[in-house]
Amino acid sequence: MTDISPQPLAGTDANPGDLTHVARQTSVYVYEAPVRLWHWINAAAITILCLTGYFIGSPPPTMIISEAAHQFVFGYIRFVHFAAGWVLAIGFLGRIYWAIFGNHHARQMFYLPIYSGTWWREVFFEVRWYLFLEKQPKKYVGHNPLAQLAMFCFITLGVSFMILTGFALYAEGLGHGSWADAMFGWVVMLVGGNSMLLHTYHHLGMWWITIFMIIHIYVAIREDIMSRQSIVSTMISGMRTFKDDDPD
Amino acid sequence: MAAIETFYDVMRRQGITRRSFMKYCSLTASALGLGPAFVPKIAHAMETKPRTPVIWVHGLECTCCSESFIRSAHPLAKDVVLSMISLDYDDTLMAAAGHQAEAALEDTIEKYKGNYILAVEGNPPLNEDGMYCIIGGKPFVEQLRHAAEHAKAIISWGACASYGCVQAAKPNPTRATPVHKVIIDKPIIKVPGCPPIAEVMTGVITYMLTFDRLPELDRQGRPAMFYGQRIHDKCYRRPHFDAGQFVEAWDDDNARKGYCLYKMGCKGPTTYNACSTVRWNEGVSFPIQSGHGCIGCSEDGFWDQGSFYNRVTDLTQFGVEKNADQVGMAAAGVVGAGVAVHAAVSALKAAQKKSQSQPSKEEV
Repeated sequence: MTDISPQPLAGTDANPGDLTHVARQTSVYVYEAPVRLWHWINAAAITILCLTGYFIGSPPPTMIISEAAHQFVFGYIRFVHFAAGWVLAIGFLGRIYWAIFGNHHARQMFYLPIYSGTWWREVFFEVRWYLFLEKQPKKYVGHNPLAQLAMFCFITLGVSFMILTGFALYAEGLGHGSWADAMFGWVVMLVGGNSMLLHTYHHLGMWWITIFMIIHIYVAIREDIMSRQSIVSTMISGMRTFKDDDPD
Repeated sequence: MAAIETFYDVMRRQGITRRSFMKYCSLTASALGLGPAFVPKIAHAMETKPRTPVIWVHGLECTCCSESFIRSAHPLAKDVVLSMISLDYDDTLMAAAGHQAEAALEDTIEKYKGNYILAVEGNPPLNEDGMYCIIGGKPFVEQLRHAAEHAKAIISWGACASYGCVQAAKPNPTRATPVHKVIIDKPIIKVPGCPPIAEVMTGVITYMLTFDRLPELDRQGRPAMFYGQRIHDKCYRRPHFDAGQFVEAWDDDNARKGYCLYKMGCKGPTTYNACSTVRWNEGVSFPIQSGHGCIGCSEDGFWDQGSFYNRVTDLTQFGVEKNADQVGMAAAGVVGAGVAVHAAVSALKAAQKKSQSQPSKEEV
């Protein structure tokens, strides 16, 4: 951790109280540029995928703009879904690459230290914090253990599931013998061979990710306000700033 | 033992002209997706090779596969293909009955050991030692195992033999079981559908005669030439799908204009079959052309996939009949409400803490 040195601040709005605060604040570089870039591209892709995906399951009301040959409304919805799906999939592969070659914070999302007793204790500590049973949250440089658990279940597992099932459904359009069929066709066999069921599971997956989005945005804002460290700006600048230098 | 007749011999004996025979060969070639160069190959095979003996057995089924098969639209040849097959054993179509029929089955197995094709229509129920389907005084599953033992290959005709169909739908009281789960040591071709298309059935047999091998099969064991694409991929209403023009209700104007039946629960996008290209009854029509969505009858467990008339079908796994959207929206709603309450409590707690720590703050 690097201390921001307590040099006098420029400007006239800093009073002695502010200066003492600044002296106690520390920050650390957590999220490297590729991780931040991935986060926002991924967020955009997921939003587009959820919207278009919902419409693919329940199409908008029939629009009669012209003859079918000159109208491609539903085709465009599907096109945007597939394009965003590609962005999500390639982005996820890039994210895995960065988990290997980036800093250790980039790896945190991809594993759970389930054999660590300390880790589990801290998961339950976080649960107690969210149940208003703890007065003071702990400070974390990376994800807190509960957040790590959520990231793993919703993003690492959730997005992997959506990519696998998504490409298996995409393979249906490309047809028997296509590269997508060769690579992902087996996924249909996991649900017994009838891809109708795979559509349903893919659909449920969308809601799984939607639930994550609700929790994620709420918790990020809440932690930014109530915890002892920065959250939202960290995903913009990469810097985790702490609000105090108290131990623990 | 006299030499086994060729298909061509049988056709000529039945009064089929050579012209009709050649028509049959070229129609079959195009149905199989083969080029014109294959027409003489098919003709040659049918003229020279001994006809393929076929034993056709019936388990739990409704005979719609046989009904379809005997309506094969290739001109005149349908009768011939039928009589060639019934020559051996088919307890529904053959003239013999009772002990005579069972004797014919034994004769055929003995005579063509290792060379005959076993066509299975329907499936064996396994509960109560197979007593739910008795053929010739014995459970069907025994006849099936016996006939399969010396078969060269097995064709599972229809959804029953391929996947189980209606008698295997939940809760499947008789434990009706598809053929490939009972016979595991023979090559099995699945020709699913309820029933399969007649031309697909004759096409598969012709291919096996011509090339002496099984057609290319997909991952599920279906002939790729007929089951490689979805109904949706070759549907003539596809432009309306891409345009976003759907039938919204059964009697609306869009239904009369022949728009896409996707919103009415058409299973074309998840159903692999040749209906939209080969069609039915001599190419007259197929369900979507008649204004009704595809029900997905050639797919595994199509009876258990929820309503035929919903696109996003019900999930019975949740105990109540709700579809993925209803389940998902309810879950998201609960989470959203939870978040709102949590945010309110957080704000109150924060305010409380602030008021309590007010004096200490001023000391700083």
